[in-house]
Amino acid sequence: MTAEFIAFFILSIFAIGGAVFMINLTKVMHMALSLAFTFLSIAGIYFLLDAEFLSVVQILIYTGAVTVLMIFGIMLTKHREESRESKRPLHELFALLMVVLLFGIIILTIYQVPIDTETNSQLKEKHVAKLGEMIFTDYVIPFELTSVLLLVALIGAILLAKREEKEE
Amino acid sequence: MNLTSYLALAAILFCIGLYGVIIKRNAVLVLFSIELMLNAVNINLVAFSKYGLNANIAGHIFTLFSITVAAAEAAVGIAILIALYRKKGTAEADQFDTLKE
Repeated sequence: MTAEFIAFFILSIFAIGGAVFMINLTKVMHMALSLAFTFLSIAGIYFLLDAEFLSVVQILIYTGAVTVLMIFGIMLTKHREESRESKRPLHELFALLMVVLLFGIIILTIYQVPIDTETNSQLKEKHVAKLGEMIFTDYVIPFELTSVLLLVALIGAILLAKREEKEE
Repeated sequence: MNLTSYLALAAILFCIGLYGVIIKRNAVLVLFSIELMLNAVNINLVAFSKYGLNANIAGHIFTLFSITVAAAEAAVGIAILIALYRKKGTAEADQFDTLKE
């Protein structure tokens, strides 16, 4: 029982608990808050995996920006009525069955693949400086393409959400 | 701590997100569940970057790009949802069936 195991256990419980609450709660606002909690726990998991920079980015972008954006989405659409129950319980049961089947297959695969962590070289370099150096040397073209993608997404979002002009 | 625990956590989160995508009717909640699935995949990338066969920092860079694309996707998704809400007056995903008629 190392400290890392205890931290991983607590963070996983928080992450999975937040996700399950997100599925089961009735008010949309509460769902948004529990999902923000899940994102925060995932930031902790990144910290455990020696990814300090990613952990902070996760908190900034997911717990900050994406959650606030989603809350805007909830507030600008109809949210007073609580999310209705599905009229097709059979459909829901079938979905649950399929998801559990997929989960079983994934877990079976994970535990059957021989991954011996003893011989593996663990990540030595854990400096943010190394990360920045790699982004701006080896991965500079994807980086520039990402900036174009963000610009396209910005213009697209403005165009889509803009109120249309009255037709003559 | 070994790799399989992180992979199992990611699998659980991914399956919860997939279930949410299938059964939720409110389109905002479908977007929520997609974000959850993307996060589960990111956990896999970071875990392999630390414990994988050829452990190096490239996994972190892939995760950064994936987070950027997910943020752009969320922004465009919300914009489409607001435009649809203005036309239809509802945010229920099963009411958006104009193409069916």
